[in-house]
Amino acid sequence: MPVVVAMRGVRSRRSSAALLLLGALALGAWSLVGKARLVRADFVMANGGEVTSLDPARVTGVPEGRVLYALFEGLVVKHPQTLEPLPGMARSWEISEDGRRYTFHLRPEARWSNGDPLFASDVEWSWRRLLHPDTAAEYAYQLWGVVAARAFSHHPRDRGLFLEQGLWVEARADTLRLGLQPPSPELLDGGPPLVLRCTPGESFERGDVLIQVGERELSAPFSGRCRAHNLPPPTGEGPVDPYAADWLLEWEASSDELEQARAQGRLLEGSELEQALWDRVGIRALDEHTLVVDLVHPTPYFLQLTGYYPLFPVHRRSLEEARRRNPKTWRRQWLAPENLVTNGPFALYERRINDRLRLRKNPYYWDADRVAMDTIDILAADNYGTLLNLYLTGEVDWIDRAPPNLVPRLLEREDFRPTPYLGVYFYRVNVTRPPLDDRRVRTALALSIDREAICEKIVKKGEQPNWGLVPHGMPGYRRAEMKHAPRKGGSPRVAFEADCERARALLAEAGFGPGGKELGEIELLYNTSEAHRDIAEVVADGWRRHLGVDARLVNQEWKVYLDTQVQLDYDVSRSSWIADYADPNNFLSVFVGSGENNRTGWSDPAYDEWIERAAREADPARRAELLRAAEEILVRELPILPIYTYVSTNLVKPRLGGFHENVQDDHLPKFLYWMDDEELERSRQARAAGSQVSPGGPDSGLYPPAAARGAER
Amino acid sequence: MRRFLLRRTLWFALTLWAVITVSFFLMRSVRGGPFSSERSLHPAVEANLEARYHLDWPLWKQYLHYLGPLNLDEQGATWLGGSGEDLWGGVLTGELGPSFKYRDFTVNEIIAQSLPISLALGSVALLWAVLVGGSTGILSSLRPGGRLDLGLRLFATAGVALPNFVIAGALILLFGFQLELLPVAGWGSFSHLVLPGIALGAPFAAYISRLTRTGMLEALAQDHVRTARAKGLPEHLVLSRHTLRGALLPVVSYLGPAAAGILTGSLVIERIFAIPGTGSHFVNSALNRDYTLSMGVTILYTTLVYGLNFLVDLTYTLLDPRIRLEEA
Repeated sequence: MPVVVAMRGVRSRRSSAALLLLGALALGAWSLVGKARLVRADFVMANGGEVTSLDPARVTGVPEGRVLYALFEGLVVKHPQTLEPLPGMARSWEISEDGRRYTFHLRPEARWSNGDPLFASDVEWSWRRLLHPDTAAEYAYQLWGVVAARAFSHHPRDRGLFLEQGLWVEARADTLRLGLQPPSPELLDGGPPLVLRCTPGESFERGDVLIQVGERELSAPFSGRCRAHNLPPPTGEGPVDPYAADWLLEWEASSDELEQARAQGRLLEGSELEQALWDRVGIRALDEHTLVVDLVHPTPYFLQLTGYYPLFPVHRRSLEEARRRNPKTWRRQWLAPENLVTNGPFALYERRINDRLRLRKNPYYWDADRVAMDTIDILAADNYGTLLNLYLTGEVDWIDRAPPNLVPRLLEREDFRPTPYLGVYFYRVNVTRPPLDDRRVRTALALSIDREAICEKIVKKGEQPNWGLVPHGMPGYRRAEMKHAPRKGGSPRVAFEADCERARALLAEAGFGPGGKELGEIELLYNTSEAHRDIAEVVADGWRRHLGVDARLVNQEWKVYLDTQVQLDYDVSRSSWIADYADPNNFLSVFVGSGENNRTGWSDPAYDEWIERAAREADPARRAELLRAAEEILVRELPILPIYTYVSTNLVKPRLGGFHENVQDDHLPKFLYWMDDEELERSRQARAAGSQVSPGGPDSGLYPPAAARGAER
Repeated sequence: MRRFLLRRTLWFALTLWAVITVSFFLMRSVRGGPFSSERSLHPAVEANLEARYHLDWPLWKQYLHYLGPLNLDEQGATWLGGSGEDLWGGVLTGELGPSFKYRDFTVNEIIAQSLPISLALGSVALLWAVLVGGSTGILSSLRPGGRLDLGLRLFATAGVALPNFVIAGALILLFGFQLELLPVAGWGSFSHLVLPGIALGAPFAAYISRLTRTGMLEALAQDHVRTARAKGLPEHLVLSRHTLRGALLPVVSYLGPAAAGILTGSLVIERIFAIPGTGSHFVNSALNRDYTLSMGVTILYTTLVYGLNFLVDLTYTLLDPRIRLEEA
């Protein structure tokens, strides 16, 4: 009997323990939820994924860009509709006659979100950080158009030895690597050719002439064996393009010799070396509010670039403080909501991974009076259906994507108006593989793609067929198109038949088809996704029916597909390219022979030369013609098969003002506001009449009417 | 008991080591890397990035650095060529490293932020799965073959057969759009947990219901139950004291691994309802080649499965006095 009593006691303890556990779970869930509660922000947008980082120097994606445009501001700001540069951190600027020197005058009233004034030196420091190898910024190259900036990005980590103006050596314990300080103008612009007098594997003596720059000769500071590294053709003769070679030679030195160089003051170490190299870079803060930038070539899009997020300034003091306090974790610490200091219209208030960023208006922002939203939430949700549900129930005010299967129904709505933007969908062709090395075969393949069917039956959002690389809507540029039957006037079907006819003739001319060689099966690679598969099926079907060419569809997971593309292990591969800034060069420079994004095996010296000449051209109209000449080559040679130009897929509350569809699909939160009923009615009428809101005064469309009035007062 | 604990701990350490090692090398053998993207990096930039994350080291060194406890980077011990500022690091010291994809966070921080959310959602799902599943199972077993039993079994079969995203869609349509009672997605209040909790727990509830019913029927046919009834014990005591405990054994052994799955979150449910839990990291980290995050969630999952199975073993001894831990 006592045993039973004891059992009873144990049992009740057990059940109460179980109850307690359940209670604790429920309580835990409750308290967690309680902490997570947030009042709805003035404006909620969905960003299509968690951002990689909030550090402007360390991100490259569209979602990251959206957040950074709210938190930071560059020297210029994009006009919400035309994307023309408007004054941002810089109040004004001058461009020298040859287009190579930019002088920016910063706003004296510019402040950081903690009240610190923002100086030109902050911008200089931030750009130096972007270029610095330790930052490992993917977008460091956005600044490589600045004099000597590229060399700074590659500068040796530990020690370096200056040989002569523009030439230096990276010194490691036993190896010296000779580098060049590019681009010094005299080397590039019709200056004397650079000649290497060293054959890989060859021994040389101290004093041997190694490099010749025009009349100047450079002798080896040490003797040793020359080891080639990134050397031009094996003879080592002929001009060397400093852009193509980061390192030219490697050789060995004894520690005695290094000591000697140190004694002569030519061996620089660590920060000394870094400073010496930075002194050559064409970025200089002249005084508190003046920044001067020297470019290698006139770069017409440089002004736009200064409004692009990699070039946003970051707050030096908070970075350095974080570094001092947490030598191990400072790279993350300074970005935490409690530490992050920014200079844009909004400041970071809260951050929850994979959930949301809560931003608050930055009271120190120079234009804060005209920023309408007090709080903004940026959600990380990425699922098509989820986003639409959130939008339809009013939890989110702007989503950037629509479920593809619902597009026809969404098109009937007033808040879904896809607009072309600067992105292209195309196929890359591996021109190193026969029969695709034959231009006629590639042209035949390009001609027999039914672009109209793809645009109207598959993607369905009003995408436009493309016959070149550069997308429709590129400002100030007349696109080059591959030769095809005209669509205008007649029926696209008839024109497509004519194109297929020509394609068959081209194949026959190349010796394939009936009575000729067998073309063999073509592998069509795409990254796993229904949308890409549907398009690939239309393309493959067209090739089979119109050309008798068999195509096999191969899908690979995203990262594997990228690797396959880089390794040139494919026949034809789905591709796309989206503009960083509105300039045709953004697309065309991808396919220069040495470009790391080329991925087709195609190169053409004539093409590279047009691109190079366009880079040096100061006159915008002539430059556009030069770029067009390059595109003409591209659409004749066709290492790519153009398909269509992208459209934006935004669903936006009709009441949201300051939101304009534009060619870069950029929408700066600074300009957003909620319309009152009257304005909403007017904008609806204007839209029904088929026109955008008509421009009035200088700031028209830029600011909410109420705020604009307030600012006038 | 002590010997049992010791043995379990040793096995746990061994299992964890094996999981870490295998997944480390598996992960690295997959094509594509964390920094590959549509835009290739300039070789110099790529080299800088790889140096930052030590991807330029030989694989064995990366593995040892990841495993710990010695920190092998430039701040490591002086006899390893470092500066000696930071001697320890790696999994053995509890550091799961910085995430490759979410660069502002360490894997520890990501798990610390997302796991409680998954736990909260999982608790709700588990709670309703056990309560509803258990009670319908018992109800079903009382009159096998009856109308109620048939109806409940139909529901249970449907619950097992229907994928949870279908259930989620139906719930959203009904409660989100038709009745406008509950939010369709998001995170921030208890009401955000209701629909995903139900959707996540539904298949489990159905399964538990079937397990309970079978267990009950089996237990009710036992001799000691007949004896109890013959003794004239009231039916509710027969059920609660003599039947239920035995009948719940299979449920409990199912609950261990199920709870590990449910508590670490579900990719599908978390995406549909935009819940910032750990579930999405299991798949996305592998797709992103986020080596450290992927390893981190694998380690987390291993630990949870092991820990919960251990709890299940402990529960056995409470439910069935014939089971002793020493024999386990």
